[in-house]
Amino acid sequence: MKKVLEVRNLSKIHGRGCAHCLDSTGPDMDSNICRHCGSVVAAHGVSFDLHAGEILGIIGESGSGKSTTVRTLFFDETPSAGEAIFFDGQRQWDLFALNAAEQRWLRNRRFGMVYQNAHLGLNFKVSAGGNIAERLLMSDFSHYGEIRRRARQLLARTEVLAERMDESPKQFSGGMQQRVQIAKALATQPPLLFLDEVTTGLDLSVQARILDLILEIQQELGTAMIVVTHDLGVIRLLAGRSIVMKYGRIIESGLTDQILEDPQHAYTQRLVASSL
Amino acid sequence: MGYVAIKGGGRAIRGAEQALEALRTAEGEGGQPLALATIEQQLRLLTSRIVSEGGLYHPRLAALAIKQMQGDTLEAAFALRAYRSTKPRLLETPVQDTGRMRLIRRISSAFKDIPGGQMLGPTFDYALRLMRLDLAEESPQAFRGVARRFLAGAPDAELPDSFPKVVDALRAEGLLPPLAIHPEPAFDITREPLVFPVPRSAALATMARAETGSLLAIAYSNMRGYGDVHPTVAELRVGYLPVMLPHPVTGEPVEAGEVLLTECEIIAMYEGHGADGPPVFTLGYGACFGHNEVKAISMAILDRALQKGMRDGPNNPSEDPEFVLLHVDGVDSMGFASHYKMPHYVTFQSDMDRLRTTQDKAKARKKAEVEA
Amino acid sequence: MNPGYELPLEEAGYSFGFLDEYAKREVRRAILKAISIPGYQTPYASREMPMGRGFGTGGLQLTLALVGPEDRLKVIDQGADDSVNAVNLRHFVEMTCPGMDTTEHTRAATLIQSRHRIPEVPLRENQILVLQVPYPDALVVVESSEARRKTMHGEGDYARLLTRLYEDIVRFDEITIAHRYPTRIAGHYVIDPSPIPRYDLPKLHRAAALTLLGAGREKKIYAVPPYTDAEPLAFDDVPFRIEDFRDAAGRRCACARCGASDSFLDELIGDDGAKSWQCSDSDYCNEQLAVRNPQEAVHI
Repeated sequence: MKKVLEVRNLSKIHGRGCAHCLDSTGPDMDSNICRHCGSVVAAHGVSFDLHAGEILGIIGESGSGKSTTVRTLFFDETPSAGEAIFFDGQRQWDLFALNAAEQRWLRNRRFGMVYQNAHLGLNFKVSAGGNIAERLLMSDFSHYGEIRRRARQLLARTEVLAERMDESPKQFSGGMQQRVQIAKALATQPPLLFLDEVTTGLDLSVQARILDLILEIQQELGTAMIVVTHDLGVIRLLAGRSIVMKYGRIIESGLTDQILEDPQHAYTQRLVASSL
Repeated sequence: MGYVAIKGGGRAIRGAEQALEALRTAEGEGGQPLALATIEQQLRLLTSRIVSEGGLYHPRLAALAIKQMQGDTLEAAFALRAYRSTKPRLLETPVQDTGRMRLIRRISSAFKDIPGGQMLGPTFDYALRLMRLDLAEESPQAFRGVARRFLAGAPDAELPDSFPKVVDALRAEGLLPPLAIHPEPAFDITREPLVFPVPRSAALATMARAETGSLLAIAYSNMRGYGDVHPTVAELRVGYLPVMLPHPVTGEPVEAGEVLLTECEIIAMYEGHGADGPPVFTLGYGACFGHNEVKAISMAILDRALQKGMRDGPNNPSEDPEFVLLHVDGVDSMGFASHYKMPHYVTFQSDMDRLRTTQDKAKARKKAEVEA
Repeated sequence: MNPGYELPLEEAGYSFGFLDEYAKREVRRAILKAISIPGYQTPYASREMPMGRGFGTGGLQLTLALVGPEDRLKVIDQGADDSVNAVNLRHFVEMTCPGMDTTEHTRAATLIQSRHRIPEVPLRENQILVLQVPYPDALVVVESSEARRKTMHGEGDYARLLTRLYEDIVRFDEITIAHRYPTRIAGHYVIDPSPIPRYDLPKLHRAAALTLLGAGREKKIYAVPPYTDAEPLAFDDVPFRIEDFRDAAGRRCACARCGASDSFLDELIGDDGAKSWQCSDSDYCNEQLAVRNPQEAVHI
């Protein structure tokens, strides 16, 4: 199996940090806030691999560091330490050593991100089609007709009505906004997609249809994905392998089925028990 | 057929000059031309505004600008500023100690009693704003005697030359952080363009010559709730600051003159100080040429708000350095508002071209829809 | 206050070019930097001039930093030498730069300061065009923070600006930007070319003359050096279009005064409500009149 992403010892500390930060936080200390200096250890020692066409789940409660992990990989946040290599065909990108222009290039062309909050992923001042156009324009598309055609195709694929293409996504329902975000993320056919709590807050029936869409896309395009969620149901449906995080650390990882059938860590056991 | 006069601009400008001059002197036979000393003294707060917004401490030239611009503060400050840009900068003063100010007024709203005592001085704060009709027909004799009698009636008690500063007492008690000495020279806004982020000294310099009303409006937004400075005036002082310059030969500081100055220091809510130190109050600083208390207070509040915005990112317009500093200059803003009066025939022609084209397209689309 | 001191009456005379020499040198440094990085908005400490911000103080500082006694200056506003603002600026330069000549003839000028127009006659290598700029940054329509715009320019990030054009076409079937049309210089920086009509933009592309743009209020100087690409933003299949001066029957309107049908026209509405057209470039109009109709020509 071809590796797409290799993350080693990723760490993110908010605040000035001190010598005791690591010892006084984590699942055993039941906190991610250092009691000595007040810094927040959002993530520490996070390591994992992602392979082509694979969906990796990261599960945890709020404050577990799961969103921090994908946001550093998408350059929304700067990590405090660690390494991440993105394998892109013949090229290898040392993600945390890139300059701003290189980061932007990767974000635009090789990565896609779908946020829980559509405000972060979409520009509500322009139409749904304009949102997709923006991403295509970043990738040097310069033919208006071609951009329209691609945008229409992508929105059709994500089941957004073609006649609503020129409306602002502000007027769309939550589920529809997520579909536009997915279409936008897919516009440049990226080999790697990050999904951060994409179905949280949506009606159950809407959730199911979005999850189906994600699975279909993964099967059609072979896009590798990292799915961040607090919802075991989402993980169960999408992810072949999963990571469980608590207070900034990975406490368990492996095949999703195995984790759900036979959780090792007491926290995971509670999590699984409570979702049944 | 319409014909545009491509000649005539020069004549129109000369006519405008003459019309202005005619209105300035329209009082006619009974009129007296305004003496500059009269403006400087009797309209001293107006003169104060012009020296501070003009960015040049020259009250007599400011009085001339007021006379010439017929009382328009924006225009008068502008004229002073333009005069200034023809002058080379000869030297930079060292840091001046406002503790040495010869005060005419100083108050603190933080303490009932302050070292040196409160001194109300000349202020309208507690004056009843009732029209003084006796001033309408003031006799010159009576007018001339007032100041003389006031000074004659003043107590003989010697006033000290200077007063200690209230914030120094707060620093000594550890309620304020110790005075930070910045080794880097102050930012000179007359020599360097503002490229954000800018240091605090650039913000202070920009506000020191800002337009009073603009500064007040943005500071007021913070006071009303678009912000959370919640100031207490530690000290507001008005007086004459001796300006010390290095002697050209010996290098020793010598007094080169004095400038009338208004200075305000406000105390704001406390925050954690440094790494492990106890929390302390925070300070906002305002100062401007002349006697202009509203400006100094507004500046002090905005200084505090901007320091917060520079550190944590702005949550309100008054905490956003770009928003505040690029919109408070009177010369910039009044110039741009005025420029809309200039001819825009060419751009409007382009606008009409676009509108007509899009109208035609819309009509064509409608027609096609109807036919279909 | 300070009784007894006198006004500096002896200082009533100003130095050549009004600005002090340090200020002029700084402007020249900014000009050199602007030419070296085509389209880059070079910040400079814009001085206050004795006319309003927005009245051409940026252009004026460029002119005053460049002009010497051997120069011949032309000042135009809306294409005309005798527009009130042009008269005012020219008068000021004449007053502060003794010995320098002014002219109304484009061909005779060494330095041309203009607001809203580029002259119709192509400029030569030994001429400099100074344009007055109210808004120097083409990105201001999509991003209000100057700090963020600076990063976007540095990275050549113009996708949001292009998205605006896309949205325009979606809504109006046309790009509706009338003037200040965003233009890419030398393949990288996108500039606001000042409020010149689209009609004038092709004249910037690989022009023989140096074009300098000065924004006094916004304190920026930028340049389109000679023989440099200046390409209006557009799509491959929705090209940039200049103003259309054809009447309802599709005929190109001509100037009612000189008869030219190859110039940018001002639309005039007579007392009877009838519409007519006239050259915006007054020198060009006079020149054409002299060629076509020698006896009616205005001799200057």
